[in-house]
Amino acid sequence: MAELLSIALGGLMLSLFLGLLRVFHGPADGDRMLATQLIGTTGVGMLLLLGVLPGQQALLDVALILALLAGVAAAAFTGKPAGAHRD
Amino acid sequence: MIDIAAALLIIAGLGFFLAGSIGLLRLPDLYSRLHALTKADNLGLGLLAAGLALHAQDLLVTLKLLLVWLAVLAASAASAHLIAQHARRRETGS
Repeated sequence: MAELLSIALGGLMLSLFLGLLRVFHGPADGDRMLATQLIGTTGVGMLLLLGVLPGQQALLDVALILALLAGVAAAAFTGKPAGAHRD
Repeated sequence: MIDIAAALLIIAGLGFFLAGSIGLLRLPDLYSRLHALTKADNLGLGLLAAGLALHAQDLLVTLKLLLVWLAVLAASAASAHLIAQHARRRETGS
């Protein structure tokens, strides 16, 4: 089971890297925001994987906080007044 | 037996994550990328959390995993809607 958890962690890191590629390429702001959403969820997944290891239960609380804050970034992004995108 | 079920759920969740990020890279426009992303967010994390709950076999841990999944569901639905609306507004120029 420990091997599987390591493999799953590696797969999530690969997914995170693919998300970073999308952040790098763009092209629109919305695409980058989508990629950050994916990176946030992948981070939560990694924290969950680590949090079930013995003695690491605090990481589940960290994952909960990250999950609760995940929506705030998108709300802040779309709440910007129009025209404030390029500066 | 339970270990096998947990392993299958975790692998399925991982598959959804990878499919979501490949979709995010490969699909042509923002709306179809949105579609790929929400699969990874909702189903991938859900399956992963279910597998980990089976693996942990602890009520408190299971409840916490459920709570995390519900929070991510709410956040993902809200932000997918907001981003799509934002893109649509810029497209139509209003």
